Amino acid sequence: MTKPTRRHVLGIYGERLAADYLISIGYEVIERNWRCSFGEIDLIARDKDRWVFVEVKTRNAAGFGEPLEAITEEKLARLRKLVGEWCRLRQVAGVQVRIDAVSVLVNQGHVKLEHLKQIF
Amino acid sequence: MALAKTKAMALFGLGGTLIDVEADISSNLPNFILVGLPDASLSEATARVRAACANSGLALPGRRITVNLSPASVPKRGSSFDLAISMAVLAASGAVGVESVEEWLHIGELALDGTLRGVHGVLPSLLAAKELGWLKFIVPADNLAEAAAVQGITFQAFDHLTQVAAFHGSTVERVSPREQEMLVKEAVGSSPCYSDVFGQSEVIDAMVVAATGGHHILMLGSPGSGKTMIAERLPSILPELTPTQAIETAAVESLSGIHGSISSLPPFRAPHHNSSASSLIGGGLSIPRPGLISLAHNGVLFLDEAPEFQQPALEALRQPLESGEVFISRAAGVARFPARFQLVMAANPCPCGFAWDPAKNCRCVEPAKSRYLHRLSGPLLDRIDISLKVNNVPKALQKERGPKSSDLRERVIAARQVGSSRLAKTPWQLNAQVPGAYLRRHWRPGAAVLASLDGALERGTISMRGYDRCLRLAYTLADLDGSEVPRASHIARAMFLRGAELG
Repeated sequence: MTKPTRRHVLGIYGERLAADYLISIGYEVIERNWRCSFGEIDLIARDKDRWVFVEVKTRNAAGFGEPLEAITEEKLARLRKLVGEWCRLRQVAGVQVRIDAVSVLVNQGHVKLEHLKQIF
Repeated sequence: MALAKTKAMALFGLGGTLIDVEADISSNLPNFILVGLPDASLSEATARVRAACANSGLALPGRRITVNLSPASVPKRGSSFDLAISMAVLAASGAVGVESVEEWLHIGELALDGTLRGVHGVLPSLLAAKELGWLKFIVPADNLAEAAAVQGITFQAFDHLTQVAAFHGSTVERVSPREQEMLVKEAVGSSPCYSDVFGQSEVIDAMVVAATGGHHILMLGSPGSGKTMIAERLPSILPELTPTQAIETAAVESLSGIHGSISSLPPFRAPHHNSSASSLIGGGLSIPRPGLISLAHNGVLFLDEAPEFQQPALEALRQPLESGEVFISRAAGVARFPARFQLVMAANPCPCGFAWDPAKNCRCVEPAKSRYLHRLSGPLLDRIDISLKVNNVPKALQKERGPKSSDLRERVIAARQVGSSRLAKTPWQLNAQVPGAYLRRHWRPGAAVLASLDGALERGTISMRGYDRCLRLAYTLADLDGSEVPRASHIARAMFLRGAELG
């Protein structure tokens, strides 16, 4: 692997924060950074009997808008496809799934974390 | 609270519907959805509102914002909903007071920096909303004069989003208001005066008659004889508009995007002869818009070079001349606009203009001449009570100044006073509006007075219609002389003013 850039470092940091947060509210984190040919799912967790697929967006200061604004319709469509692909490969069927988003905003040492459930 | 609502107004013609603007903020990906039958320009409001709020220090939450305009079945258009949408959203996000926002109706367009811009149709919106029982309004400072003209409402005028937000309880830093330049409309005295017209005392006298009775008038004369000057000065001798009339006229102007203060000077509209029927009568692509005749409501419509107008444009005037209003049907529905105007037409006697000029040779062939004036159709001329020749001013009279408009106006007001007691018992306000049948039945002067008129009718020199017009004019002339009933001299002068029947 190539040397991670600053952006990668920030992203990895945000994903770790998000995972810690989900564990703290009682989710069980099952997989991190699962990849296939269509793309990547940042976090896969279980909230009791629900499978939760989480997109994590990390930003450094809000100068260019909320981190969540970066999740476009296109990105959502890709996530849905990825969820299907994951279920097929892991042979998970007949379960309830949900797509969540977590935004991590880092601003001069302060970290603001937001968790949106069921983002369709 | 994630839910808030306020009021806005959807105009259609001069009427309108109160619109509930509801905003909901839900825990979802950032998005701004506007539903409830907005047209293209209104759909763009989301972009303006988002930017205006962000640039005013009132950033919208990064959540899904849904704004609903209800009733959803009423078509809504234009940018005047921006302020209402932004206030509903800000209230839903907790930035301003929910209850405060709910109490007011908001009108205004937002610039990206949060400046509140004036919009068309504020005056009719306020009038229509008042009619529907809504009395509290927030309007752009640009439209202050229009709001101030409406009696019995409470309003606030602002020129920046932050001021409105602060008014509703936000702690945002207010952008200080701009200096308001109060538009002072030129006073009546500064409008053109009949003392600028030289040596046309006879025609000016006829204009006084026209002004008194509200008679439509046709002037025929060579180029350069002063027809246009004389017509332009008619508003200067008409009585000032009553506050109700001034507001009626200003409401149409507001709809057409003419801002400014409410003027008591009767409007004067002089369309070019190339104007289409829809530009005169009213039109619009799918939504009815007022035409020039409605902008001339309570004032004067002057058709210079009347025979040069397109036939359909001229004929379209007939119905509004009769009813004082016009109904415009378009895909979106039918709108009624007021159109009680005084028609003044000017025409040359022939295409080259010199048929009656002793000094110049007319080069028109006979058929061309007769065709020219025939373009003014019988039914249209039927509605013209006064038609007269305007001759070139002879050298001897070229130094003779016309009377002052202010003096003439006093005469007109005094004469209308005389006639008002007679008209009080009828549904009409001016002599010109009284139909012939009513005139003949109820206002008959003695047989001796009518002798000359009856004689002319018997000889066939005037028609029944001409008879009615003479009678109507005679009453106006009597009013000007301060007499209750016309005398024989009034009838004689009326027959002269009515002019020869064309063609």
